Amino acid sequence: MIEIAGVHKRFGSRQILAGLSITVPKGMNFVLMGPSGSGKSVTLRHIIGIVRPDQGSVTVDGQEVSTMDRAQLMTLRKRMGYLFQNGALINWLSVFDNVALPLREHARLPKSEVEDRVNQVLRMVRLHEAAAQFPPSISGGMKLRAGLARALVTNPEYVLYDEPNAGLDPIIAHEIHELIVRVRDELAVTGVIVTHSRACAVHCGDRIGILEAGKLGVEGTVDEMVRSEHPLARAFLGGGVD
Amino acid sequence: MNVLAHLGQFVGRRADGAGFVCDLLLRTTLYLPRLRRRTRFLLDTAFNAGVRSLPVTMIVAAFAGAILAMQTGIELRRFGDTAVLGTITALTMCREMGPFITGVILAATVGSSIAAEIGTMSVSDEVAALEVMSIDPVDYLVLPRVIALAVMCPIMTVLSNLIGIYGGSVIAEHNLGVSPQLYWVSAKEALTSSGMLLPKEVYVGLFKSFVFGIAIAVVSCAAGLRATGGALGVGLAVQTAVRNSVILIIVLGFIVTWFFYFLAG
Repeated sequence: MIEIAGVHKRFGSRQILAGLSITVPKGMNFVLMGPSGSGKSVTLRHIIGIVRPDQGSVTVDGQEVSTMDRAQLMTLRKRMGYLFQNGALINWLSVFDNVALPLREHARLPKSEVEDRVNQVLRMVRLHEAAAQFPPSISGGMKLRAGLARALVTNPEYVLYDEPNAGLDPIIAHEIHELIVRVRDELAVTGVIVTHSRACAVHCGDRIGILEAGKLGVEGTVDEMVRSEHPLARAFLGGGVD
Repeated sequence: MNVLAHLGQFVGRRADGAGFVCDLLLRTTLYLPRLRRRTRFLLDTAFNAGVRSLPVTMIVAAFAGAILAMQTGIELRRFGDTAVLGTITALTMCREMGPFITGVILAATVGSSIAAEIGTMSVSDEVAALEVMSIDPVDYLVLPRVIALAVMCPIMTVLSNLIGIYGGSVIAEHNLGVSPQLYWVSAKEALTSSGMLLPKEVYVGLFKSFVFGIAIAVVSCAAGLRATGGALGVGLAVQTAVRNSVILIIVLGFIVTWFFYFLAG
């Protein structure tokens, strides 16, 4: 379980988070929405320990992330996957090598086992035919799917998705949504999804929270949120159920 | 008061940057035992560094040797002592000019490229992606580059020295009337007249270039890792890398020479 309690974060003169509290139970996809610059990605970075809070606590399975040293963080991160907005693939590695990277660095598996595991996740994200290609020569959607394959290859317990459908056409975006749902349902992975997309939130989420002034303005199940009369919920999710 | 505040901020930023570079160097050293895992990348980087800087190094070293021989030769001719031109050119190239030229060229070609590569990775979240995969960017990105430049800088310096001495010989023969035989004999004597295999000048020069290689790589990686804010940030990282590398080459060059010739005798 991920628990964020009373987190404050300031960058320079800008107060980004001001008492944010979120609880994400195991096996659930929690969708975090909010205006640009409201601190959604910063929240994800708190969970994985790239950013430390000025005040408050961030715990994963009861372990306080904000006070972990480098070695403890590395151990925690091995149980987590992170999908960046653009996939954040290493440009000089092929898609296959990008996905294999965390296994080769940490898992000490035989070469054949690494290949099997990488091919398995590449098939899951339907990228096995592009395994030999390099990031500059593939589309944005393929980069995201490769990023997702890399996030999943180590069998993480948690995956953090940062704008998983940014800049994608509706068809590719829908494919990514389906994948996120499969990851939760088939692999029992807990997810935190940052998105602006109503379709993504409604399709992938179990609960939705919307940030306002550095903390959750409104939160609820998908059904509650799409039917809510709260101005924030209407602004981000208005228009009824898809 | 405002001026003092700005000065304080400026000093603070510089101290922060210097601290980051020192920390990076220390952490790189701690990862040395893992170097074997990075052999392939290290060889690629070393090869690229050599290929990228070789043509420029050859041209600049040849002209530097020629200028050195010309300037020294003009004065020596007034005293009728051009016979030592080979000696002076060889020793100056090996001790000072070769390492300096190679360092500056590597900073401009390879250092800038390192800062741009890592800077682009930083602003496009690739460095953060390494972090979240529990891969330390120091181990994965910095270590192979530092070792590659620490090895390649002395190798390129040896080439610079040889080409510079040859450049000097062309000027000595055609403009100063020194016979090639006399020039090369005096150069050879200067480079062998020692109890050791080679004279101190050569070892000091090679040590300098080793230090320059490490400094260029660490400073360039640091600039790249601290890049923020898209293309503008990458541009600034490249500028910072080259500027700081050149400053360090000059300062470290002075310190090494001072240490070996004045402090340690």
